Amino acid sequence: MKPRHRRFLWIAAGLATLGVAATLVLNAFQSNLVFFFTPSQVVAKEAPQGRPFRIGGLVESGSLRRVPNSLDVHFIVTDTAQRLPVVYNGMLPDLFKEGKGVVAQGSVGPDGVFHASEVLAKHDENYMPPAAASAIEQARKDKGMSLSTLSSAK
Amino acid sequence: MIPELGHFALILAVLVALVQGVLPLIGAQRRDATLMALAKPAIRTQFLLIAFAFGCLMYSFATSDFSVANVAEHSNTQLPMRYRIAATWGSHEGSLLLWALMLAGWGAAVSLRSRNLPDVLLSRVIAVMGLVSVGFLSFLLFTSNPFLRLMPAAAEGQDLNPLLQDPGMVIHPPMLYMGYVGFSIAFAFAIAALLGGRLDATWARWSRPWTTAAWSFLTIGIALGSWWSYYVLGWGGWWFWDPVENASFMPWLVGTALLHSLAVTEKRGTFKNWTVLLAIVAFSLSLMGTFLVRSGVLTSVHAFATDPARGVFILIFLAIVIGGSLTLYAIRAGAVGGGAAFAMISRESMLLANNVLLVVACASVVLGTLYPLFLDALNLGKLSVGPPYFEAVFFPLMAPLVFLMGIGPLASWRQVKLPDLATRLKWAFMVAAVTSVLLPFTFGHWSPLVALGLFLGLWVVAATITAIWQRLSRAPQQGLAAKLAANSAAWYGMLLAHMGIAVFVIGVTLVKGYGVEQNVPLDVGQGVTIGVDTFTFRGVAPITGPNYQGLAGVVEVSRNGKVVETLRPEKRAYNSGMTMTDAAIDYGFFGDRYVSLGEPITDKGDSGAWSLRVYVKPFVDWIWGGAFLMAMGGFIAMSDRRYRLAVKQSLAGLAGARAA
Repeated sequence: MKPRHRRFLWIAAGLATLGVAATLVLNAFQSNLVFFFTPSQVVAKEAPQGRPFRIGGLVESGSLRRVPNSLDVHFIVTDTAQRLPVVYNGMLPDLFKEGKGVVAQGSVGPDGVFHASEVLAKHDENYMPPAAASAIEQARKDKGMSLSTLSSAK
Repeated sequence: MIPELGHFALILAVLVALVQGVLPLIGAQRRDATLMALAKPAIRTQFLLIAFAFGCLMYSFATSDFSVANVAEHSNTQLPMRYRIAATWGSHEGSLLLWALMLAGWGAAVSLRSRNLPDVLLSRVIAVMGLVSVGFLSFLLFTSNPFLRLMPAAAEGQDLNPLLQDPGMVIHPPMLYMGYVGFSIAFAFAIAALLGGRLDATWARWSRPWTTAAWSFLTIGIALGSWWSYYVLGWGGWWFWDPVENASFMPWLVGTALLHSLAVTEKRGTFKNWTVLLAIVAFSLSLMGTFLVRSGVLTSVHAFATDPARGVFILIFLAIVIGGSLTLYAIRAGAVGGGAAFAMISRESMLLANNVLLVVACASVVLGTLYPLFLDALNLGKLSVGPPYFEAVFFPLMAPLVFLMGIGPLASWRQVKLPDLATRLKWAFMVAAVTSVLLPFTFGHWSPLVALGLFLGLWVVAATITAIWQRLSRAPQQGLAAKLAANSAAWYGMLLAHMGIAVFVIGVTLVKGYGVEQNVPLDVGQGVTIGVDTFTFRGVAPITGPNYQGLAGVVEVSRNGKVVETLRPEKRAYNSGMTMTDAAIDYGFFGDRYVSLGEPITDKGDSGAWSLRVYVKPFVDWIWGGAFLMAMGGFIAMSDRRYRLAVKQSLAGLAGARAA
């Protein structure tokens, strides 16, 4: 094999590898993007059916209800404009509290209830999940609410 | 008084760093011995000053001086002494001070350990590290001063985040930073080579042990972080592809590529350009990791806009370092040159494949980590990239890499014949293949992915043993001891690190394949059976810690009716207001039993039924054990005699050449 051919083979092999890798990566990337929606968007049916997505907002005070002797919990996530009922079967993270921010991943059923497969925990109690904060921010903008009413809602 | 002294020492340190960063560089350019001679005393003085400042901050923490804002925010009098000391680097400011301390420490170590380095190269290396230091120290002083006073002083401090009150978290950041910052040496060597326009085998031999050291520390740091999240966060995972974790993993991937590329540059004088580029990228990713974790962009891209000082500073610093070094690379890479030719199948080509795979893997992590941030920053929507993406990408990239790892050490440089390799490795291949097909049956169900994972791990083990066996049986020396002593520490280190990967792969495969996770509601006296073990819940009792109140559950593990272990998972309410779950883990060579408390689920409260996580994690500790072996391999490799001897010899050679 001449050096020129060898070099060509090298380059071809390299490009092929990169091509395969890029296809693989972009494919996986495309199918694993998880989009974020606010409770208002979900209630307005803007969220996709059948594909998992994330919601964020505040856990409404007094909305947490456990089904006795099971791991089922029901609660309501609100962005202060709309209320979205959520069901979750599993263990809630330590930082899950009524009146605090939360982010959950799952999908919405035909009954309009959000079935969470994951309730996300973060490392700090003062920390408001950015997605939750932005949901409230969005609702505030839509309604023209003032910041003071928001903090009293918290 | 003490905090002011620390503050003053920091100001002096930045001035010294400025001297260290500028004058030796000019000296190296003009071949001015006086200016170059400044490099060593400057870096050592800078190190002592930062160490002094760090000591001052530690003193303020140890004595609970709440007139210092940083202490008041991250410590209190009820905190045990060891965590008060660890709190020194538990905060943003403190951890950056630790960063600067390590940078100066590495620099001082270079100045001590390289008496034989040519003055021009050494001055440039130290000067580049000085410039990086200037950046970090001014960042500390201008945006994150750890010595700021609080007026009036607080009566009592807030608490250190309870998640960080843990022995693992005490040593995790220093190890991680040793790794991050250690890549600054490879970076400084690379910049020095670009400035000098010369890069030879000796250069590679000088920068190799430092890179290996940094890589080993980074490996330990990442493993500790992973172990910490396993036993502290209370849900039994060991890696979440969280941006914070990815921030440390990206430099590791490129650092691993750099280690291997340096080997080729040292032994064969090839890959020169590429090695320099990897060194620049590895350090840039370390900086980017620091930026991601420290600027607050991960919590919220928009927090950035409300308090932009820190983020903008690091961003500008990043732009200067990365932009500057890449520009220099673009101009000077030609002077450094490529290197010798090699055949399609040779050790070089396999290391090239290793590099390509690692860099592609790193790029895919960069994409998954930064894409959501970019979209958010541009207000194009909010989304996240789930762990399935990383898993889907990583497996196909890592499988060929691990397979090559078995062949590489047996392949010779320049050229190797495939039939020859096949003959040498056929037994290793057959043993690994047969074992990995049969072994899953002993665990229960058979699955192709488990068999493949086991095959990759066992293949590396078998091929490594083959490599040792063939090397020893061909050695001319008499007696096993002499044969063993004939090989270099670097070779043993490399093989041990590869074994570490094998142990890691086997651990991951088995815990993914056969781990059982059950979240169950359990009444007092009720139990759940996983495999041969029955976990029985015996209720909870109150406990009191130094700075928390809590409940400890009792879970008995019994096998054939006999109690073999009692686990006490805790739920702690810290005085600072945070609640934390403390999992109880029964560690074992063949796997862990992992129990953590959820919540009371009946209206009877604490005395009634609870939800519990009951996990059985076979071979999970092999994951961190493997990482530990990798790091040990690194430390053994860097202790190789040739890194000390070769430097002297080459200098003798240089002197001889000059005389002639």
